[in-house]
Amino acid sequence: MEFQARREAAAVVVALVGRLDAVTAPVYETRMHELIDGGDVRVVIDFERLDYISSAGLRGLLVTAKQLKAKGGQLRFANIQGGVRAVFDMSGFGSMFQLDESVASALTALS
Amino acid sequence: MKPDTRCYAARVDNLDAVTRFVGTCADRFGLDDGTRFRLLLALEEAFVNVCRYAYPEGTGTAEVTCESDGDAFALAIADRGRPFDVLSLPEPDTRADVILRPVGGLGVHFIRTCASSASYRRDDGRNILRMVFRPAESGDQP
Repeated sequence: MEFQARREAAAVVVALVGRLDAVTAPVYETRMHELIDGGDVRVVIDFERLDYISSAGLRGLLVTAKQLKAKGGQLRFANIQGGVRAVFDMSGFGSMFQLDESVASALTALS
Repeated sequence: MKPDTRCYAARVDNLDAVTRFVGTCADRFGLDDGTRFRLLLALEEAFVNVCRYAYPEGTGTAEVTCESDGDAFALAIADRGRPFDVLSLPEPDTRADVILRPVGGLGVHFIRTCASSASYRRDDGRNILRMVFRPAESGDQP
């Protein structure tokens, strides 16, 4: 998994690439925790190039949601599609988060 | 497809190797993309479960077998750990609020949801979880 973060005016955008699984989720959690601890509390995660996610990956996203909620932050997910979309639907996660069709619309919603 | 079995140390860092093995078997079988995705998800959940819970007092192995079951693809994961039927776990509440929601419980939900059928048996000191994946009919959504 690659974790690519970039700052926009409205939020930090984190693109996840590859697989978010039991091996890579701890890496994701560490990187995201560093961002949030550093003061980035408005976060958009871009799933466009994420090919795969498991329950370990979803747990990582849940940890992020809890950390941001505790800090009064905001979290939006963009470009959830394909197999990742199927996993969100299977888990009920799709109805628990703010999902956007694109990073641009996620940023608009946060600005 | 003839049965193909590999044995791995039950460690999460073997997930990539296990996934490659089963993915290769799925390709040889000619499994469609949607069913292949569900197969690999159920595989991870079952394998990681063995890594985390089967051997609380030490290390052990996970034996992974791929074979045909009629027109379907069958995956079995066996361990020699304490007797435990992952399918006996209750279904998680997938509607709970994000903050109230307990962490965990989703793995077995994915095993049940992804496999066309799943069964557990204890045999000769081994826990054996067997999952069958029926290929999508042509025209099904992935």
